[in-house]
Amino acid sequence: MKKKNQTTRTNRYILIGLSVFCAFMMVLSSFSDKAAGPFRIVANVTVVPLQQGINHIGGWLGDMKDNFSTLQQLQEENSRLKDQVDALTTENNYLLEESYEYERLQELYELDQNYAEYEKTAAHVIGKDSGNWFNTFMIDKGRKDGIEKDMNVLAGSGLVGIVTEVGPTWSKVRSIIDDSTNVSGMVLSTSDTCIISGDLSLMSTGQIAFDQMENNDNVVAVGDQIVTSYISDKYLQGILIGSVSEINVDSNNLTRSGYITPAVDFRNIQEVLVITTTKAELTGENETGEQ
Amino acid sequence: MRSIKIRRIIVTAVILLAAYLLQTAVFPALEIAGVKPNFMLIVTASFGFMRGSREGMLVGFVSGLLIDIQSGDMIGFYALIYLAAGYVNGIFEQIYFDEDIKLPLFLIAGTDLLYGVAIYFLTFLLRSDFNFLYYLNRIIIPETIYTIVITLVAYPLLLYINQRLEEEEKRSGSRFV
Repeated sequence: MKKKNQTTRTNRYILIGLSVFCAFMMVLSSFSDKAAGPFRIVANVTVVPLQQGINHIGGWLGDMKDNFSTLQQLQEENSRLKDQVDALTTENNYLLEESYEYERLQELYELDQNYAEYEKTAAHVIGKDSGNWFNTFMIDKGRKDGIEKDMNVLAGSGLVGIVTEVGPTWSKVRSIIDDSTNVSGMVLSTSDTCIISGDLSLMSTGQIAFDQMENNDNVVAVGDQIVTSYISDKYLQGILIGSVSEINVDSNNLTRSGYITPAVDFRNIQEVLVITTTKAELTGENETGEQ
Repeated sequence: MRSIKIRRIIVTAVILLAAYLLQTAVFPALEIAGVKPNFMLIVTASFGFMRGSREGMLVGFVSGLLIDIQSGDMIGFYALIYLAAGYVNGIFEQIYFDEDIKLPLFLIAGTDLLYGVAIYFLTFLLRSDFNFLYYLNRIIIPETIYTIVITLVAYPLLLYINQRLEEEEKRSGSRFV
């Protein structure tokens, strides 16, 4: 009995000790990023390489799951997609023509600010957030590949998120649909700015909310494209976020809000592109260039 | 005696690592209705009621720390929650029997439910997001159900490993005494 009491007491001491340690680490890491350093180094040599390997198995299992969808569904989708390919080819040709024209005109006016030509590097997604509450993931490129904090991450043509942490061979990306993310966006056609905030309750519907768009005479309709704005100090200007799927005037009659369908399918992101220029670098260069 | 102890530590570490890799790399591909099971919590809770508070705490602490490194903004947040989960489950060691699968299922389900509620209170409520019922229906309950399903597969495995280790400990123990 005495021995038992003793073990419960030591247990209690361990509990208190570890809890205090956790609390201390929490305080420390909310003040400085460096507190997490030692743990990250340990993770680097142990877990991350294994993750990179096992991720292939995860992908394989996911493929197996997808294989259960019926053949008929796939055939329907196939014929639909073929039609779409035809339509898009025609459209593409038309757009290419316009693009050539645009290039000529650009040369003519010597416009050198072309936001479509940021330098990018491709990376694979190797791990997702372990819980169901947030939406962050890890990619297999890090400091050694020239990735830095605050670099923008794309998938296809749309904005996925931003690099929040960098390790030697990996980095952590927080997606724009994460509940704690806010992005300053703007309507491509009218240049009205708005705030786009990720929301867990919208995640399952595949939408993100925007608000604080000025309620002026500019008509913003469903389907209008929203890109990152010139205001943000972290997101580069002109990256496609998505298209407006619903817009309403707020009850204060001063602002408008609504929902956006993102350009990226956040459910299965496997490869991403990281823009290797940060907004800070870009603006810094511009300033020195002007002086 | 010592080699047996070291073997237990190594086996536990391997289980933890495997659980973590499954959780971060494999389960995201097997999401159903937007949720994935919480395998780390199964391991933590199982070690708690199979091996007592102390091992439950340590296992919980390490798995929480792994999660913090991967996804948390603050180091120590998940470590604290898992630590508590391991400790509380350890209290139930006294009424735990190997053969009975009802208690483990019940404990793991309860732990996952409480875990979800705790995450909601500590992160979402503090940002004045009062939509608790939504999160309950959308994440907490589905996650619990999915976790129970995975428990039915994973728990016998953990139990088997533990029984093998305990057998060996007993054998070597009787040899020395």
